[in-house]
Amino acid sequence: MYNPEIEAASREELRKIQYKALIKSLHRVYDNVPLYKQRFDEWGVKPDDIKSVDDLSKLPFTYKQDLRDCYPYALFAVPMEEVVRIHASSGTTGKQTVVGYTKNDLDMWSVCVARALSAAGATKRDFVHVSYGYGLFTGGLGIHDGAQLLGAITIPASVGNTDRQLQIFQDFGSSILCCTPSYALYLGETIAEKKIPLENLKLKAGIFGAEPWTENMRREIETRLGIKAYDIYGLSEIVGPGVSYECECQAGMHINEDNFIPEIIDPETGKVLPYGERGELVFTCVTKEALPLIRYRTRDISRLIPDKCACGRTFLRMEKPCGRSDDMLIIRGVNVFPSQIESVLLTIKEVLPHYMLIVDRANNLDTLEVKVEINEEILTSSDAVRHIEDISLKIKHKIDSTLGISAKITLVEPNSIPRSQGKAQRVIDNRKLN
Amino acid sequence: MIIKQISVFIENRSGRLAEVTSIIAEAGCSIRALSIADTTNFGILRLIVEETEKAEDALRKHGLAVSSTNVVSVRIEDKPGGLAKVLRLLSDNEFTVEYMYAFISKSDNEAQVVMHIDNALKADELLTKSGY
Repeated sequence: MYNPEIEAASREELRKIQYKALIKSLHRVYDNVPLYKQRFDEWGVKPDDIKSVDDLSKLPFTYKQDLRDCYPYALFAVPMEEVVRIHASSGTTGKQTVVGYTKNDLDMWSVCVARALSAAGATKRDFVHVSYGYGLFTGGLGIHDGAQLLGAITIPASVGNTDRQLQIFQDFGSSILCCTPSYALYLGETIAEKKIPLENLKLKAGIFGAEPWTENMRREIETRLGIKAYDIYGLSEIVGPGVSYECECQAGMHINEDNFIPEIIDPETGKVLPYGERGELVFTCVTKEALPLIRYRTRDISRLIPDKCACGRTFLRMEKPCGRSDDMLIIRGVNVFPSQIESVLLTIKEVLPHYMLIVDRANNLDTLEVKVEINEEILTSSDAVRHIEDISLKIKHKIDSTLGISAKITLVEPNSIPRSQGKAQRVIDNRKLN
Repeated sequence: MIIKQISVFIENRSGRLAEVTSIIAEAGCSIRALSIADTTNFGILRLIVEETEKAEDALRKHGLAVSSTNVVSVRIEDKPGGLAKVLRLLSDNEFTVEYMYAFISKSDNEAQVVMHIDNALKADELLTKSGY
């Protein structure tokens, strides 16, 4: 355990720590973020009205839309000179969700990640191989900083170039692998294809996150790579990877409760649900300085497990999210909203905004196909195949740059995509996750 | 001679061509010539039919994306060099043929081709002047 005094603190002790931090956080947002002042005032609630952690339910929610409306920095609770890092994630209509960190925020995040790495058995003698993307995405740098704080030998391999990754495994002695579960499977398959003996590898554990995966995938990764595979959860709005993490019991992810207070709510009514019930996960950041979101609606559907864990940690566990309360898809670790594709199609006069997304997994990598209905405009200026292919390519470029992942575009005849009454069925997800 | 060609966008899936040609058959239109330009996902079916408008309406009623274009129909001698000669004439006069395909010809010593040329009217004028 990295921080036994916190990770295994008594629940009463933890409640005290949480409440003290919560009050400070509420004052911080009320005094510094116009949106929170306005919203608290509208609800008729002041920071000091919150007398215990249970009073959280008296506060209004924060939504992803608030981050978009306040793009890029209007939700920050500190002056920009205190911000030392910016990360961003893709969002609808191409507008990114921007998050900021102070020096203290980065330190807190590193502690969260170091706890996760420790829980997976990492020590300062381990070679932590980070194959998440380095950049605006929180995965790479988030795990990197935590590994360095732990004192592990950190290998910033980043994504791609699988042959080189495998060479690094063998030459540098990577022992803890951090990447998306689908990439871990792909690495495992490539190792088998290239007949690299597992004895040549020093891998002992892996920490995988940023996209949904199943128990079957876990078993396959564990067999193919000869490791124990651990789950990690996070979202950039809260901090990035390390909001919660699995221990050796592999039975739910312990939430870093000294920093993030979880609630489960009914996504329809917003009412708080008791422990054990399934609903939407909501987090309140109590120690963050730059972007302390209050009651942030993650849209992830999960459950909180209050039972004591055999590992000795007292942090509540959350179940691996089993779905979304909105239509977000996670493809190759990237958040994709169907509405992003719609907004691109609306800018192209030769096609109709009728589309179908087909998500699949080939060789353990997610694939995205976008079927788009053409209209007669496409034939007006020319009936040459080249002309139509150019339009298809134009759509592809726009969609790829909006989503941040590559999509295959298939043009289809008008009226060939089924129309539905009520909510349109726009996604066919053929990935077998359950 | 300038004639109307119908272009139809069709998905590349089995049976689709039969369905589309059936629509034309049901409209009572006879197909005089056709060609398909295909890619892995879609094809452009180009047709010369009698009663173009009737066929176009029928296709549109079935929800297909249709357009009509002016193309040049040329009669050439059915002997070696017949086609090369007319293409040479067009290229010497700086016309670009984007695509072409053959027609069913009812005469023994004549072949007929359909050409999509950038400036169809001008090209047709040149061909008529040159005895085609």
